[in-house]
Amino acid sequence: MKNKVGIILNGLIKENPTFVLVLGMCPTLATTTSAINGIGMGLATAFVLIFSNMVISLIKNLVPDNVRIPSFIVVIATFVTILELVMQAYLPALHESLGLFIPLIVVNCIVLGRAEAFASKNSVLDSALDGIGMGLGFTFALGLLGMIRELLGAGTLFGLQIIPEDYGMLMFILAPGAFVSLAYLIAIVNRIRKVS
Amino acid sequence: MIYITIFIAAVFVNNIVLSQFLGICPFLGVSKKISTALGMSGGVAFVLTLSTLITWLIFRYLLEPFELAFLQTISFILVIAALVQLVEIIIKKISQPLYQALGVYLPLISTNCAILGVAILVIQKEYNLLESVVFAFSTAIGFGLALVLFAGIREQLSHTKIPKGMQGTPIALLVAGLLAMAFMGFSGIVKL
Repeated sequence: MKNKVGIILNGLIKENPTFVLVLGMCPTLATTTSAINGIGMGLATAFVLIFSNMVISLIKNLVPDNVRIPSFIVVIATFVTILELVMQAYLPALHESLGLFIPLIVVNCIVLGRAEAFASKNSVLDSALDGIGMGLGFTFALGLLGMIRELLGAGTLFGLQIIPEDYGMLMFILAPGAFVSLAYLIAIVNRIRKVS
Repeated sequence: MIYITIFIAAVFVNNIVLSQFLGICPFLGVSKKISTALGMSGGVAFVLTLSTLITWLIFRYLLEPFELAFLQTISFILVIAALVQLVEIIIKKISQPLYQALGVYLPLISTNCAILGVAILVIQKEYNLLESVVFAFSTAIGFGLALVLFAGIREQLSHTKIPKGMQGTPIALLVAGLLAMAFMGFSGIVKL
């Protein structure tokens, strides 16, 4: 039991995909213009991660070793297509604002990385838990970055006005703000990890 | 005229790395030296133009007539992955020097989200074949420009003293942020 919790915590904290592994930078920077967008993108990736991990763990003994990567990509692309169609139908607004980055989950290094490093070697349950842990870790990172950028850039948090609008620094919503905020977040995480 | 507009927009105004956030992984990964940055840019220019040409043809003449547009993501990524493999084999066969220069970067390129991103973008923007190819090539030039500039700055950075917590990724991201700010100065030059 302790081991299972450990798998989830590993993805959430110890090997956080964004802050520690520094994988999947493109969606991290592009979709965190607001807290909602960041969390939406995180959950979308988590969905693909959990299900592709499970399926890949199920088929790991059937797939010959030298066509491993293409088969994994097909599995991942299948779930991304499912996700895209479901979001188009039920969450059109979020689908609109995330745009190009939904199909691009296919080439997100985290998804293929976990398939290769974890799901192709472990049981279905462990792979699912790893997907949940990594997915939540990614969602946490994107949500945090989204909240910081939204608060500094527009003065709002989840759409709620906290700082008067005139004091918002528009730069944080635009491209440079994404790089700068993430740089300082990773620096802070590095510092905390060194201490503990 | 429209081709020049597309070129300027893709290289400067909507730079793929610094304003569209595509292809960040190779941007951070292979930017420690100018020579590797140039090699990577060459590989990306080659594969990006070729893959956009092929995926455009596939979409227009295979997926659209048979109403299979929902298979876009899955078919594009397979075509790109296969194409990269193919290019690698062909280059190895016909030109050893070119393979020495580009070889190591080619496998990395198939996971570069700029490739799939541009393939999907030209479909979304409804460009015709020539416009798509021009857009893909200019995007690759923009990628190369950002990568080489960034590598130059990082070469200089390696001689300076950086606070411990900022070493590695954080300082690289900070530099990228400043570059992005510089590129914002180009916004508004052309309208697409």
